[in-house]
Amino acid sequence: MNATLNVWLTLFACGIVTFLLRFSFIAAHGRVTMPRWFTRALTFVPVAVLSAITLPEILMQNDAVNFALLNPKLIAGSVAVVVAWRTKNVWATIATGMAALWTIQYLLK
Amino acid sequence: MPSPRSEFFAGARAELPLLLGVVPFGLIYGALAVQLGVPATITQAMSAVIFAGSAQFIAAPLIVASTPALVLVLTVFVVNLRHMLYSASVAPYLEKLSPLWKVALAYLLTDEAYAVAIAHFYKPGEACAKKQRHWFLLGAGVTLWSFWQVSTAIGIFIGARVPPEWSLDFALPLTFIAIVVPMLKNRAYVIAAIVAAIGGVVAFGLPYKLGYIVASGFGIAVGFVLTDSVSHEIRDQQTRLEKQ
Repeated sequence: MNATLNVWLTLFACGIVTFLLRFSFIAAHGRVTMPRWFTRALTFVPVAVLSAITLPEILMQNDAVNFALLNPKLIAGSVAVVVAWRTKNVWATIATGMAALWTIQYLLK
Repeated sequence: MPSPRSEFFAGARAELPLLLGVVPFGLIYGALAVQLGVPATITQAMSAVIFAGSAQFIAAPLIVASTPALVLVLTVFVVNLRHMLYSASVAPYLEKLSPLWKVALAYLLTDEAYAVAIAHFYKPGEACAKKQRHWFLLGAGVTLWSFWQVSTAIGIFIGARVPPEWSLDFALPLTFIAIVVPMLKNRAYVIAAIVAAIGGVVAFGLPYKLGYIVASGFGIAVGFVLTDSVSHEIRDQQTRLEKQ
């Protein structure tokens, strides 16, 4: 088979797989009744998945954990947690978090 | 009652802070993929067809290495497994929509669109306001989609020009923090978040980003068990009170 055609077909297969993962439960909902425990477990999904994505982004540097207490992202991230908790405002959290990161990076230079 | 239009633009606006992190990511993806030797058309088509950042990053070198199609598709499947959790999580809010709506919103269901939409869906509101909320997800999804396509294209043709020392990608974890922290309604949610966060770091080394799904699974399980024990405590107290 032509190599270019092969790449295109693979690309569309990857797209279809991604779509089906995103479509799965949206499509099934209403046709299959979800057990109570399942819907209750689902309330933890946003908190769990977003936390599992966020902390590695803050702590990992080149595939290794940066445990240094002076890790600028860790300090800035902690500041952001406090601001998010007090203000519940996305822009305030980002602004203080970025400002904290830049300040620490500047001071550590 | 919010109009579809206002919900759509509210969703688009909610997506804006995430773009600070997504646009540099798109630039780097576009620039990196063509540097690796992926043709420009394929690089752009991946952004349009697959529309999943980390999966595209992993797929690009595999395509250049002529990896067998099945391996590539399976890799993308595993990397995107967490989207199934998103699908289950938003499904109850979209159940009354037409099939076309469901297909469109599923296609747009990325990490970033999910994050802002679920935060919006969880907000208490009047029943009439809830009827239009799928427009919010559409607005967030379309905004992210457009910026992802454009930043990929700029990355392909101009390269990644955002100086890395600006650390704009840090806006992504910051936004997730801003979304997650207000959701921590009680002890069970706080512990679920901590377990998932630490789990994400510990399991980071797992191949194909499997760490995300393993860590999320642990977080969900711990939170679930804790609410169960909390509700048992309440029930025990009630029975004790009834006996007195």
